[in-house]
Amino acid sequence: MFYEPDIAVIGGGPAGLMAALMAAEVGAKVLLLERDGHLGGQLVKQTHKFFGSEKQHASVRGIAIAKLLENELNDLQDRVTLWQDATAIGLYEDGVLTVDHSGVYKKIRPKKIIAATGANEKYLLFPNNDLPGIYGAGAVQTMMNVHGVKPGHRVLMIGAGNIGLIVSYQLMQAGVEVAAIVEGLPTIGGYVVHASKIRRAGVPILTSHTIVRADGEGAVESAVIAEVDAAWNIVAGSERTIPCDVICISVGLSPLAELLWQAGCEMRYIRELGGHVPVRNESLETTVSGLYIAGDVTGIEEASAAMVEGHLAGLEAAASLGFKSPDYDHERKDCLEQLRQLRSGPQGEKIRVGLSRAEEQHAD
Amino acid sequence: MHESTDLRISDHPILDFGNQEDIPFTFDGQAMMGKEGDTIASALHAAGVKILGYHFKTGRPRGYYCAIGNCSSCLMIVDGKANVRTCTEPLKAGMVVETQRDRGTPDVL
Repeated sequence: MFYEPDIAVIGGGPAGLMAALMAAEVGAKVLLLERDGHLGGQLVKQTHKFFGSEKQHASVRGIAIAKLLENELNDLQDRVTLWQDATAIGLYEDGVLTVDHSGVYKKIRPKKIIAATGANEKYLLFPNNDLPGIYGAGAVQTMMNVHGVKPGHRVLMIGAGNIGLIVSYQLMQAGVEVAAIVEGLPTIGGYVVHASKIRRAGVPILTSHTIVRADGEGAVESAVIAEVDAAWNIVAGSERTIPCDVICISVGLSPLAELLWQAGCEMRYIRELGGHVPVRNESLETTVSGLYIAGDVTGIEEASAAMVEGHLAGLEAAASLGFKSPDYDHERKDCLEQLRQLRSGPQGEKIRVGLSRAEEQHAD
Repeated sequence: MHESTDLRISDHPILDFGNQEDIPFTFDGQAMMGKEGDTIASALHAAGVKILGYHFKTGRPRGYYCAIGNCSSCLMIVDGKANVRTCTEPLKAGMVVETQRDRGTPDVL
């Protein structure tokens, strides 16, 4: 005997929450799995205001969006079953999903599945990169903004993408000194508005620089950084030592796609999307029938896009079971249009290139 | 009692952590104090403990890394159970937390 919900959504972050909401709203019985003890995923540590448009809660702080979505979910309690402290640990060819729910091993067979499993922070190779005091940028954000604990006293940030810039600013808000931001590329990857704020506060952003190694007895005490040339070779004589007790690694994310590999989805390595991602169609269905994806697992983007993808996947998975709102066509079109807008302009180019290679019809 | 550090955020322009209740626990036999809302690892970090374990083969120190239960860098022995991901495990009063130096013994076979 299997528990057979209409739709199981794996992950209670921005994508999964939206997917569960939208599917339940049109009448599907949804099981939402969240491995943590709270909903919202990484929204719960995002104290900054969002970009995008009003539909994706622009200018609202991430922490407030998490609360908003959770409240909406509470209004649909009769259709949404929520398991927290529930980690999806296996997804098999016959559609069985296995879950570790507070230490109890459970097997379920949902009619449709939406994987919104998110992403993993990337590491960087350098000597002593395993020393305590070297933390992922997301981890530092969690420690500060969720637990109220500073990661240390003086931080060296590696990476000037949006996360590196935002977390640097949030470190300063928490009263932590940021020694410098080091960026391997010759240009800053994140938004100019964030970079300007940080520079105005007196923190240098060192482009064409890299970390050479970390040093310390038992924990980080300093880092050696150096300039790199166009071929990423260290410029001789440019090494210098930065005293710091924290090195924060912000060199991107990769999709958390183990379950999709196991389920037998066709996967492609797409650098622009952060790593291996499942091949999907416009409705976000993978090559395994009835298995949908949304959020960072489809390719690394911002939470605004994750929410719209969740909306679309929820709509499509429910519609495939016959749960269709009278507005279905309009809503679907609207989601696709929102995604198009979020990915427009020069900032969206990388994503557009990546996605064009992840869509089903693309021939390798 | 382990010496307290100044790592707790007391004044923040956006967040208010309020008056969190103290939560007592032990780390390698030493009495420690965490706060309501802490994970085991955040409580230890706030108390100045950065080394959570040692790699089972190389013996190199291991600390917190991802904070969301992905990376296994923060595994410790909690109430006798090994391999607990302390970065996501909520701190509870009276917990007995110990440094892990090996792979741990499976509790169910």
